[in-house]
Amino acid sequence: MELPMPSSPNLVALYTITRREVIRILRIWSQTLLPSAITMTLYFVIFGRMVGSRIGEIAPGIQYIDYIVPGLIMMAVITNSYGNISSSFFGAKFGRHVEEMLASPMPSWVILAGYVAGAMLRGLIVAAIVLAISLFFTHIHLYHPWITLLTVLLTSLVFSLAGFVNAVYAKKFDDIALVPTFVLTPLTYLGGVFYSVSALGSPWKEVSYANPILYMVNAFRYGLLGISDVPLGVAFVVMSGFAVVLTVVGMALLNRGIGLRS
Amino acid sequence: MTTIPALDVVELKKTYANGVEALKGVSLTVQPGDFFALLGPNGAGKSTLIGILSSLVNATGGDARVFGVSVLERRNEAMRLIGLVPQELNFNFFEKPFDICVNAAGFYGIPRTVAAERAEKYLKELVLWDKAFQPARAMSGGMKRRLMIARAMMSEPKLLILDEPTAGVDIEIRRTMWKFISGINAAGTTVILTTHYLEEAEQLCRNIAIIDHGHIIENTSMKRLLSKLDVETFVLDLAAPVADLPVVPGVALARVDDMTLEAEMSREHDLNSLFAALSASGVVVRSMRNKANRLEELFVRLVENGKTGKADSGSRAA
Repeated sequence: MELPMPSSPNLVALYTITRREVIRILRIWSQTLLPSAITMTLYFVIFGRMVGSRIGEIAPGIQYIDYIVPGLIMMAVITNSYGNISSSFFGAKFGRHVEEMLASPMPSWVILAGYVAGAMLRGLIVAAIVLAISLFFTHIHLYHPWITLLTVLLTSLVFSLAGFVNAVYAKKFDDIALVPTFVLTPLTYLGGVFYSVSALGSPWKEVSYANPILYMVNAFRYGLLGISDVPLGVAFVVMSGFAVVLTVVGMALLNRGIGLRS
Repeated sequence: MTTIPALDVVELKKTYANGVEALKGVSLTVQPGDFFALLGPNGAGKSTLIGILSSLVNATGGDARVFGVSVLERRNEAMRLIGLVPQELNFNFFEKPFDICVNAAGFYGIPRTVAAERAEKYLKELVLWDKAFQPARAMSGGMKRRLMIARAMMSEPKLLILDEPTAGVDIEIRRTMWKFISGINAAGTTVILTTHYLEEAEQLCRNIAIIDHGHIIENTSMKRLLSKLDVETFVLDLAAPVADLPVVPGVALARVDDMTLEAEMSREHDLNSLFAALSASGVVVRSMRNKANRLEELFVRLVENGKTGKADSGSRAA
């Protein structure tokens, strides 16, 4: 189904990139949508059902499986937003078809916004899939819908932008696998997905507060369950701060053509 | 009233990060409606110049204006006027030709309904319509080259730049492409062509610039350039072997083999005296042809002169 066509040339260009990205996500759904569904189902079965049933309540009235649902959704949003833009934009660089866009009259912001929109959409689609899977294991009550939505949007925005910066600097496919493997995965696991940082002793508790993913997971958990290890205001400042800085970096890279123009 | 040039390159310079000076102050002008050849040996700076014009390469000095719009200062506006067919294949092989064309138009802000009509028009004109909805990777090399031309035409540019569009393409497909590009030019689009097939440039282009080592070493009309060729060599195929070569004043005759002679002579020297002398000596000529393409001969001479420092400064572009 075609969406209504925008009339401004920049909006037409933005629509074109976003549409192409969405078509790509849907065309290779077994690589873009299915893996997270399978992985998260395993997490729910093993950590939620098997291990979680022995842990019981982690906070008053909150079972362990309920506690890990927000973190697992955020984990999927982070890896999918990041992975989508880094592989798609690097693929365009590698195959040289990024030149189609660089030699066109599109301003840099349209290119950035188009790729980010595509990556965010994948993050949101996967979030919806994981949320739907979680309903087979537990009941979700949306405590603060707007905070939940805003957190998931900001998180996918931050990691889409981070993935874009990675793709611009990457020279080979290994370069886009390094950050997810050696940075994102450890930070996500240590970002309070499976536990509350309040349970950690010093200095690990203090170290955990330097992890930006902790703020995203907890803001999302607050939206879904109404509990958080960090003040909500700080979490939104951290997320917005990263979004602004990464947008500025992404625009500067595109405008100066670093890694893209000789 | 002065006409705004389709392309006005002024003292354009490019030094790459590794210190290679690809353009050392290139200046040239292309008039609207022209079919312009930009020739040069490999590494001369052609692709760098085209890269700057299409904003894929950052210039380090000078300026380039397309219909009066600076590529360096008003990039987005200038790009709206240019269509580029690059030397290397640069489309997504996993997409379909129709989508590649429609998306390319989208990058120029052209609505999908208009883009779909244009894609059908240009894919049909370039004999690609039957492949329009198959993945581009399944197409032959010649088809991929034509697809890049169709894609470049999606924005219906005022200036079409073709960087070796016929490289590695067989003669039949090359002729289809020449016909299409000539038609585009006849309809008013200014065309800049780089090619290593010099007969292609000679047949199609009205004006020419030759670039070498980052300098324009010649910038003139094709006619004027070809008129500079003062010596021509003809290959004569004989009806029977000839024992002794006749002496013909003003003509250097050389034997290639028993049945073939080469005659090098000034362009001012008429052929009648050569044939008269050959007939008088009993030499029967069955057929005759130019030894080399005229432009090729000039091109090699100019580039060789450049290498040995004998480039005629008077022939450099202003």
